Amino acid sequence: MDSKQPLASIKNVSVGYGGTPVLTDVNLDIYPLDFIGVIGPNGGGKTTLSKVLLGILKPYRGRVLFPSGRINIGYLPQISRIDRSFPITVKEVILSGVSSRRNWWKSLFTKTEGIAEKLLDELGLEGYEDRAIGQLSGGQLQRVLLARAIVNNPQLLILDEPNTFVDRNFEAELYKILERLNKRMSIVLISHDIGTISSIVKTIACVNGTLHYHPSNELTEEVLHIYNCPIDLITHGELPHRVLKQHS
Amino acid sequence: MENLLELFAHRFFQNAVWTILLTSLLSAMIGTYIVSRKIVFISGGITHASFGGIGLAYFLGINPFLGAVVFAITTALGIEWISSKGKIREDSAIAILWSLGMALGIIFVFLTPGYTPNLMSFLFGSILSVDRFDLWILIAVVLLTALLFILLYRPIVYTAFDPEFSKTRGLPVSLIRNIMAILMALAIVLSIRVMGIILVLSLFTIPQNTALLFTNDFKRIVAGSILWSITGSLTGLLVAYFLNIPGGAAIIFVLTIQFFLVKVFLLLRSSKNR
Repeated sequence: MDSKQPLASIKNVSVGYGGTPVLTDVNLDIYPLDFIGVIGPNGGGKTTLSKVLLGILKPYRGRVLFPSGRINIGYLPQISRIDRSFPITVKEVILSGVSSRRNWWKSLFTKTEGIAEKLLDELGLEGYEDRAIGQLSGGQLQRVLLARAIVNNPQLLILDEPNTFVDRNFEAELYKILERLNKRMSIVLISHDIGTISSIVKTIACVNGTLHYHPSNELTEEVLHIYNCPIDLITHGELPHRVLKQHS
Repeated sequence: MENLLELFAHRFFQNAVWTILLTSLLSAMIGTYIVSRKIVFISGGITHASFGGIGLAYFLGINPFLGAVVFAITTALGIEWISSKGKIREDSAIAILWSLGMALGIIFVFLTPGYTPNLMSFLFGSILSVDRFDLWILIAVVLLTALLFILLYRPIVYTAFDPEFSKTRGLPVSLIRNIMAILMALAIVLSIRVMGIILVLSLFTIPQNTALLFTNDFKRIVAGSILWSITGSLTGLLVAYFLNIPGGAAIIFVLTIQFFLVKVFLLLRSSKNR
C-alpha cells in the first residue's frame, strides 16, 4: 500500500445539524496505519467529525474523499446510544457488523458460523455468544461493540469514547488490543480523556468548532491553548503533568 | 364437550378460529418488532388514525377496510418520516395524528346519513362476523409478512437495534423501516377486525411480554408470542362464547392472566432453586 496516499481525506468540510454548523473548514488526511487521537470539549464536534467520515452526515460544504477507493470503516458508537434492553444476543450484535457496504443483500444469508465466537475468544468473552446484551456489564458491552466494529476487517476503525464504563483493568487491555489492531488498520480514537490519548496515539487532532492537527502525541498546555482546545486536565486526578510533557 | 364440537361445526366459529390463528401469527411477528423498538405509542397512533379512514369510507360508501388501510399506512409512513427528520417533537406529533384520526372518523360518521351499524364492531371488534373474503386478505398479509421476516430477518433486527450503525454498514435503513411501517399498518388494521381499535394493541404487546419472560432472542420472542397468542386468544374466544361476553375483552383478560400466571410460576421456580 502506498503510504503517501491517504485512505480518507476531509477537505474544507463544514457540517452541522438543521443548518447550524458544528464544524467549519475542517481538513484532515488519514493515512494507512495512522493512530489519531481526537480530543476536545463536549459539544465541540468530535462525534460529528466521525459521522462525516462514516458518511452518515452530509457536509454543507467541502468533501470527504477516498483517494484509494471506497474503504471499509469499522465504527464503535458511544455506548449511551445503545438500547441495552433491546432483545438481541451478543452473537447477533457482532454479526450485524458483517454486511459490506457495496452489496448488503449478499450478507442476508452469508454463512457466519464461528466468526463471532472466534472474536469473542480473542476479546476474553468466550461463551457469551448467546447472552442478551442486557445481561452484560458496561465493559463487556464495549468489548462486544468493538468486536462488531472489527468483524469485517476494516481499513479504518473509528472509536467514539470506547473507555466509557470500562474498568481500569480492561482499559489497559483495550489499549493493547488497539495497538495490535493498529498494525493492520488505521484508528481514529475519540476521547475526552487526554491522559489515555497521548499515551497510545501517534498523532492528535483537536476538535472544537474546527480541527487542528498536531503531528505528534505530545501535548503541552501551550499547544492546547493555541489550538483553543480547552480540556479538563485534572479529570483523572493523578498527576496530569506526567501526561503533559514539555514540547520539544 | 358435545357443546364444544357442535360449536366448531358452525361456519362462523370456524372462521373465527382461523382468524385467531392467522392474527396470532401476524401480531406475533409485528408485535415483537414493536415491543423491541419500544414503539407501542406509535402503533397506538396508527391504530386510532385508521378510524378516520373507516369514517371516510362509510361516508363515501366504500369498504371501510380500504379506508382504514390508507389512513393507517399514511400515518405510519408519516411518523417514520417525522422521526427520521428529528425536528418535531415525535410524541406530540403522534398524539396529534392519533386524535385527528379519531376526530375525522367521528365527523364523517356523523355526516353519513342513516344508521351505521358496524361502528361499534370497529371500536371493540367483531370476530364472529369474519367472512371468507376477510380471511383471504388475512392469509395474504400473513404470507407476505412471514416471507419478508424470513428474507430480511437480519436487516430488520439490525436496523431496529442500531439504525446509525446499520447505515455505516450500507444497509438501506430507511427502506427497511418504511417496509416495516407499512407491515405494521396492515397488521394493525387486520387485527382491528378481531379486537377493535380500542383493544387491538393487546395482541401486539401482551404475548410478546410473556415470551420475553423466557428469552431475549428476537426469533424466539416471535415463536413464543405465536404460542401465547394462540392459546390466550382461543381460550378467550371460548370463554366469551360460553359466558356470552364480548370476544375482544375476554381475549385480553385471558392474555393478561396468562402473563401473570407464567410470571408467578417463574418466580416460584427461581425461588425454589435458590
